[in-house]
Amino acid sequence: MPIEVNGKTLETDEEGYLVNLDDWEPAVAEVMAKEDDLELTDEHWEIINFLREYYEEYQIAPAVRVLTKAVGKRLGKEKGNSKYLYGLFPYGPGKQACRYAGLPKPTGCV
Amino acid sequence: MSDKKQFMFLNRRAPYGTIYAWESLEVVLIAAAFEQAVSLAFVDDGVYQLVTGQDTSGIGMKNFSPTYKTLGDYEVRHIYVDKDSLESRGLTQDDLQVVPWEDWETEETVDNIVEVVDSAKLAELLEASDVVFSF
Amino acid sequence: MSDLHTVNKSPFERPSLDTCLRLSKPGSSILLYEDGVYAAVAGTAASDKVSGALADKKVYVLEPDFKARGLKADRLIEGVEMVDYAGFVDLVDACDKVQAWV
Repeated sequence: MPIEVNGKTLETDEEGYLVNLDDWEPAVAEVMAKEDDLELTDEHWEIINFLREYYEEYQIAPAVRVLTKAVGKRLGKEKGNSKYLYGLFPYGPGKQACRYAGLPKPTGCV
Repeated sequence: MSDKKQFMFLNRRAPYGTIYAWESLEVVLIAAAFEQAVSLAFVDDGVYQLVTGQDTSGIGMKNFSPTYKTLGDYEVRHIYVDKDSLESRGLTQDDLQVVPWEDWETEETVDNIVEVVDSAKLAELLEASDVVFSF
Repeated sequence: MSDLHTVNKSPFERPSLDTCLRLSKPGSSILLYEDGVYAAVAGTAASDKVSGALADKKVYVLEPDFKARGLKADRLIEGVEMVDYAGFVDLVDACDKVQAWV
């Protein structure tokens, strides 16, 4: 189902992930979050930006476990746990945050 | 944990020409979730997967070589490269990627888990594995 | 002009290159692409085959495939020529026919 962002129509797959990674801009995350009735805070953006940096470097979306460990290491132990991440992204930090970040669904994520 | 199985992924194909290298990488990423002891071995044309400087912009395929660098985060503790295969292709360890590893709890680190080994050592490692996945 | 022979398999994995070299006439052109490009690298166990063929055949390698595999021009066997997609098309055009060793 396509989404409307800043007057552009962007293609998404059946689960709502962007089809073309290059289509991403911050407004994409805002539009997706709005559909989920979620207000994005700085804490959300910290994770979204982290995911984009990880993808840029390794060309994959990290598994949730890897994300949790990496966040703990880079952003502090109090953030590197499922409770914190699920608090921000109730549909699952892997799935939901990766979708907002314009990345594909993490490998091995069902 | 004593009930951990030793998984060995045996990679023998070059990247891009066939789908084997990418498929193997995907399975390795998934296998990490099962918390087993995962090792990778690169033999024959498989050694080409680890060569640095890959640039697929001209062939319209995804360059997945940067992904190997994160394997240490996916519970991969050992990456073995067959010395004979490297030598017969005019390659040395300097042509290969560096894959760091870190234990997130103890903060023990290894700068590079890529290790060039001879045939005798590799035969031993393969025999010692509980399961060998061939790609 | 004579035939253009194409090889897209690694010389270490399949006998495609060997058979191509054995069954192509002097004066032929050989284009290495996809995993076939590994045969164009100097200092490997297969290098002598290509250097030997250069005595009476022309050997080309497809640059995008060469670069995709992390290989640099300074690794090429001397005498092997690098071509891009347009160069590939020119070769096809210039030769009588294309014989693929897949």
